[in-house]
Amino acid sequence: MALIDLRGIYKVYDMGAEKVHALNGVDLEVERGEYVAIMGSSGSGKSTLMNLLGCLDTPSDGSYILNGTAVQELDDSELAAIRNKEIGFVFQTFNLLARTDALHNVELPLIYAGLSRAERRERAKRALERVGLGSRMNHQPNELSGGQRQRVAIARALVNDPSILLADEPTGNLDSATSEEIMHLFDELHQAGNTVVLVTHEPDIAEHAWRKVMLRDGKVTSDQPTARAEAAAAAAPVS
Amino acid sequence: MVFLENFRIALGALRANLMRSILTTLGIIIGVAAVIGVVSIVQGLQYTITQQLQGVGATFIAVSAKNDRSNIPGVAARQVKLTSEDAQAIEERVPGVKLMSPFILGRAVVKYKDRKHNPLMTIGATENYQDVTNQTVDRGRFFSQVDLDNHRKVTVIGPKIADELNLGPDPLGKEIYIDIYPATVIGIMEKKGQNLGMDFDDIVYVPFSSAVNLFGRNAADQVQVRLQATSAESVPQVKDGIARLLRQRHKIPTSEPDDFEIQTQDEILKTVNSVLGSVTAVVGGVVGIALLVGGIGIMNIMLVSVTERTREIGVRKAVGARRQDVLLQFLIEAVTLSLIGGGIGLALGYGLGAAISKLIPGFPPAHVPLWAVGLAIGFSAGVGIFFGIYPAAKASRLDPIEALRYE
Repeated sequence: MALIDLRGIYKVYDMGAEKVHALNGVDLEVERGEYVAIMGSSGSGKSTLMNLLGCLDTPSDGSYILNGTAVQELDDSELAAIRNKEIGFVFQTFNLLARTDALHNVELPLIYAGLSRAERRERAKRALERVGLGSRMNHQPNELSGGQRQRVAIARALVNDPSILLADEPTGNLDSATSEEIMHLFDELHQAGNTVVLVTHEPDIAEHAWRKVMLRDGKVTSDQPTARAEAAAAAAPVS
Repeated sequence: MVFLENFRIALGALRANLMRSILTTLGIIIGVAAVIGVVSIVQGLQYTITQQLQGVGATFIAVSAKNDRSNIPGVAARQVKLTSEDAQAIEERVPGVKLMSPFILGRAVVKYKDRKHNPLMTIGATENYQDVTNQTVDRGRFFSQVDLDNHRKVTVIGPKIADELNLGPDPLGKEIYIDIYPATVIGIMEKKGQNLGMDFDDIVYVPFSSAVNLFGRNAADQVQVRLQATSAESVPQVKDGIARLLRQRHKIPTSEPDDFEIQTQDEILKTVNSVLGSVTAVVGGVVGIALLVGGIGIMNIMLVSVTERTREIGVRKAVGARRQDVLLQFLIEAVTLSLIGGGIGLALGYGLGAAISKLIPGFPPAHVPLWAVGLAIGFSAGVGIFFGIYPAAKASRLDPIEALRYE
């Protein structure tokens, strides 16, 4: 069974007089270890889809099975627990806690997972080392560059060993050189076996993924391998 | 564990806005400081008075005339008599009386050579007075039965009188004037100090008969009686005996109330405690209002804090904080805020009480009982919970998607 299994997903927002159909019957499967980019212009429904994938919201209709759990049936607390366990968020605006050093920021999900202080420390350190910030653990966000902040955010997303890394425009606030570094980090994480779902509207960022899902008006309009995946497939020896 | 972590987060958030936190808790600080200040003074008073009353012993009984204070204008209050004959009768006819002394109170100027002084009071008493009221003579002696029987012109004075009249290192045997009557100093009372603004060392003691000369014949009809029962157990019995005797002597019909008052040590303590208790209650009411205002301040600042930290709440929820985690975080923050206020108020109030009781001469030292500390802490925590629950609930109900998008 696929890690992510979306079937007939609808999301309708009731805006008083009219109803807005943000998602209009989306079917999507993502296997463990995949690197998927979700693309679309604003209003295409990609933010809504990302919120559903991240268990921040539940669909109006349809079924979402994440790692064997039927998400649409969960209540508020259970959603929080599944976010804690299965999802690692990386946001465009980093969303680190101000006046809180990198180590404590990375520890945050582990607090809600109920881990002991010592164990949290240990795992947060390892996550920070993994993103190359081993020497910056006690710096606060305002003492870090944009790229470093995003690395802290990625460490925070990784620290709980989630099923999915869910990145929403992770390079939207970074210059192109730093963007490259961050995308390179995602490549590494993917190669290490993580499942990455990337939401973006920039085609060249999407090319880092191996699969590209296009959304328009709340529907999937195309779902195909990226140029990179095709090149890799062409280079592979025919068996 | 999450609880402890929440406490750490709360402290961090409060430190981050230190000035704001202090201003917010000011209401609580003032409220708690006021209650602790007043309680510490009242308790100090109560402690000293209790101590003093216990000094006279559990067998102590006081009898005095109950003068109607008529509220009807133009109608003079009936003058009720309690005579030295009444006192005599009590001693002779009520079983269980160990020692008895009638006394009268008045004011008279004392003189020695060119020195003049107006003492707090002059007490005319019998030889038993010293033992009945449990007092000690520091130098010399109290007057005796012989002094009284022979109408000797003697006096026992408080140490303050000796100082005021400049009697020198050896006041015993010196002849002073009380009003126009000469009297030889035969004793100096032990130093007792001040209480409730009264200087108990500023008292002149003369034999009962001398006091009658001094204050006039009518004074003998207005005596007060102090006595000691043989044992604490016999106090109620003695009290009943005195009441029956006096009603009989004063010819009071059964339908009329007593025209005298009998107070035991126990009852005096109760009266004092009830007066001080009502003072505490009134202050408690005022403080309740201060705490209410302080609580509203805390609610206000917590609401601001929740709005300011909307994104933080969004992030926490995104990484797995449940509603109750967020609720607890902000609730703990509110309670920590009000508890810190309570703690500062406690220290400040005690300091205030101590300072005030030091400033007023003769005032007993401030005393903060444990229950007041518990009450102050409990109340501040209660205020924190009560006024923190609404902002905390508001924070916990935030939609994570909206919160993350909040600018």
